[in-house]
Amino acid sequence: MGAPGVEAFETTPPGGNGHVGRSLRRKEDPRLITGRAHYVDDLTLPNTLYAAIVRSPEAHAKIVSIDTTVAREQPGIEAVFTAEDLGDEVAPTPMVWAPKGVDIFVPDHYPLAKGKVGYVGQAVAVVLGSDKYGVVDAAGLVEVEYDPLPVVVDPEAALEDGSPLVHDEYGTNKVFEWSLAGGDVEAAFADSDVVVEKRIVNHRTAGAAIEPRGVLADWREGKMTLWSATQIPHIVRVILSIQLGITEDKIRVVAPEVGGGFGSKLQVYGEEVLACWASRRLDRPVKWTATRSEEMLVTHHGRDQIDYVRLGAKKDGSVTAIHAKVIQDCGSYHLIEGPVIPTFTACVISGCYDFKAVQTDIVGVFTNKFTTDAIRGAGRPEATHLIELSMDALAEELGMDPLELRRKNFLKEFPNARPHGFLYDSGNYDGTLDGCLEMLDLEGFRREQAELRDRGVYRGVGFSTYVEICGLGPSRALGPDGWGMQGGYFESAQVRVHPTGSVTVYSGTSPHGQGLETAFAQIVADRLGVDPEIVDVIHGDTNTGPFGKNTYGSRSMSVGGEAIARAAEKVQDKAKRIVAHKLEAAPEDIELAEGRFQVRGSPDKGMTLAEVSGEAYIPGDLPEGMEAGLDEMCFYDPDNFVWPAGAHACVSEVDVETGRVDVVRYIAFDDCGRAINPRLIDGQIHGGIVHALGQAIYEQVVYDADGQLITGTFVDYALPSAADVPSFETGRIETPSPTNTLGVKGVGEAATIACSPAVVASVIDALKPLGVTDINMPLSPLRVWQAIQAAQGKGEGPARTEQGKEGGMS
Amino acid sequence: MARMVRVAVNVNGVERSADVEPRLLLVHFLRETLGLTGTHVGCDTSNCGACTVHLDGEAVKSCTVLTVQADGAEVKTIEGMGREGDLHPVQEAFWAEHGLQCGYCTPGMIMASADLLARNPDPTEADVREALAGNLCRCTGYHNIVKAVLAAAGEMRGASAQRTGEEVTA
Repeated sequence: MGAPGVEAFETTPPGGNGHVGRSLRRKEDPRLITGRAHYVDDLTLPNTLYAAIVRSPEAHAKIVSIDTTVAREQPGIEAVFTAEDLGDEVAPTPMVWAPKGVDIFVPDHYPLAKGKVGYVGQAVAVVLGSDKYGVVDAAGLVEVEYDPLPVVVDPEAALEDGSPLVHDEYGTNKVFEWSLAGGDVEAAFADSDVVVEKRIVNHRTAGAAIEPRGVLADWREGKMTLWSATQIPHIVRVILSIQLGITEDKIRVVAPEVGGGFGSKLQVYGEEVLACWASRRLDRPVKWTATRSEEMLVTHHGRDQIDYVRLGAKKDGSVTAIHAKVIQDCGSYHLIEGPVIPTFTACVISGCYDFKAVQTDIVGVFTNKFTTDAIRGAGRPEATHLIELSMDALAEELGMDPLELRRKNFLKEFPNARPHGFLYDSGNYDGTLDGCLEMLDLEGFRREQAELRDRGVYRGVGFSTYVEICGLGPSRALGPDGWGMQGGYFESAQVRVHPTGSVTVYSGTSPHGQGLETAFAQIVADRLGVDPEIVDVIHGDTNTGPFGKNTYGSRSMSVGGEAIARAAEKVQDKAKRIVAHKLEAAPEDIELAEGRFQVRGSPDKGMTLAEVSGEAYIPGDLPEGMEAGLDEMCFYDPDNFVWPAGAHACVSEVDVETGRVDVVRYIAFDDCGRAINPRLIDGQIHGGIVHALGQAIYEQVVYDADGQLITGTFVDYALPSAADVPSFETGRIETPSPTNTLGVKGVGEAATIACSPAVVASVIDALKPLGVTDINMPLSPLRVWQAIQAAQGKGEGPARTEQGKEGGMS
Repeated sequence: MARMVRVAVNVNGVERSADVEPRLLLVHFLRETLGLTGTHVGCDTSNCGACTVHLDGEAVKSCTVLTVQADGAEVKTIEGMGREGDLHPVQEAFWAEHGLQCGYCTPGMIMASADLLARNPDPTEADVREALAGNLCRCTGYHNIVKAVLAAAGEMRGASAQRTGEEVTA
């Protein structure tokens, strides 16, 4: 029996290895289920000042004056600061995507607005005081006079001549244009028998982690410590260093327990910089925690693409070319990487299919809304959505079964070079679709569907066969000379065996709910012949372990886990040399079995890891020239991305009287390469489905025409509850990735990338008898009802679906 | 400073008293005054349920209760449910069924689930989903939370049946 924290659900013997592939219970959970975890808002320091931020109620305005006099006079208020106080001490947010040969407008975005505001919620002043409630009272007494300017919220309107300008100095609202193509697209379209065209709106959503953002900054003895609810402590440190002009040796960033991220905490926010600056200015700790309304206003949003798609095919269903023109609403200012997000749509524009030519043209647009940036999937859910719904439309046009169309065009040979320069590493797309259909029983469903329709019940099924690019990533491909990201995308690991044989692993990733403390321990346990219960995983603190690149893009296992595996292999190699020396055998004859390093063929001769580490740390008799200690590091930079794939099916029922959509079955059959801990994989899939199902049916960030955020709380932003979703059916095959030694791909975003087109297609299938052939998300009752009315010729169809024109309030 | 009011609240079996502002929310009394940070704040509008505690034996959202309303009452928080080595069956089931990921909604989920099982020891899946509709989770998709609550229900019914049986034989 293992100690609490690591108990197997399966009955396979623990032994010295074989932990990988087992659904071990999480090491993380005891602190989380007993209320003993420490999220940032749980932390306090002596003499802490609380911060409350005064935010703009205007979407676009000149700041005429700010009067802080009354606020400053309130009891317990220590200071009130505006941009004037910041002066030149804080640099604007550096936006880290700078591709060669592409001009991108990057307006200066400061933690406190200088002279004008460009979105509702923009920080204008900060009030600091000793009482949590008192600072909020005082913030309400800061008087700001605004001179409103014209507002634009619709990205297509923003591109028209005569539109109000978000930033006058550029003379346009166009942020950038960027294209990626491969093959002769126009020739391929000319050679096509059928071309389908669609306009798809992929609306704005929120990450909506249940833990709001928060920071605690402590400047003391010339050093800064920042505790922040972030996915990227190491990156925050680099950027704080740039923005505050403090060298990195004097900055420590800690991501304590983090209550979900979903990309929304893959960011460096103004409040992080501001809290540090204020702590240094006042020489006291400064704490700020977002309210949910602040979270909805100024934690970056995701999606918000309008996609114009063309997809060509021959009469027999062979696809020829796909072209997507993507209009990306960037909001009024950038944070660290917003503009790059739609380019990830381009990476997977070929989907699972053998397109001979592909092209993606992206236009980024300024509007008077908050920044868009990475939210779970980040550009790839948008790709799957437009590809899969276009494939369905093509099948309809050809009179072909949509699954037959997919199978006909599936890539079957791997590795597979796509026309736009990417190399899919491995895959078995027929295998995942077979698995999905076996679980679904499509024939049975069609019979049930027909019977139900006779009784006036409208059920439909929709499919999504997807591929995603993840495991960010090869630095040479992503970095300054490639994609243009100003950074490396390796991951670091350190595996330290202690003198008595237990192990501490430092990972440069920064997990926040994924269960990687457990999964990483399984990987190391197998390589060192110990139980995972004595392998502790440390992460999320820049003062421990090497510089890392943190957690996003489904990279933690395929890059971070691989780095750990490689560091553990180095420890294993050294251990084998020590054992060989002690037992007078050749290092290549030492094998790890049954939890011991043994001489091959002589299992009676061997040493445990504890015995080896004893030798390493009491180095009386080590091999000639060997250093003491048993502690190895690895920086792993992958050669390629990894390419998970799968097939999802959604069965939904539509109440045609009210337009209400209920998902009644959902089947996810995925291939994320080798499974390290299957239970954790299923958990990622379940959560990923609901994230996208939320977008498909319930969730939408809505601004009105004046740029006011309508969905500023969970009353208005409809996060799905347990009562809104069914239980899920999951299945899996494992096609190992050849990119890394673990054979893993990544699963954190998979289901979110897969799900939304399956939901939409299921509703279209359900409403086919009523003539509905197309509908945009979110599938609110009003919108579905309108689509039915329009198809029946009873009235207007859905209004065009840009932000602000049709709300998610319905 | 605002007028202060003396309150006495029994929290997790211990009498606690303090002078508080009349507007102080119960969740802030628990977190800031008493240092019981296992109860979380997620939304400020009673939608997410991360702040769920038991007030005189019933689940409430402590972000929408004033501390003065709890004067003289009994409050139970996640810290009063069980500790490692002596977990409440609902805590145990959340662990066993992978009913949590980031853990932020978890204390509220556990308190709401325990409340459900006290009222309905043998819920259906639909009962569980309905009862937890006021507790939001962004990580798990609810699948394993529902499984955990059903598992805990079975476990608690079994233990209860065993206790009854022992009493009968005694």
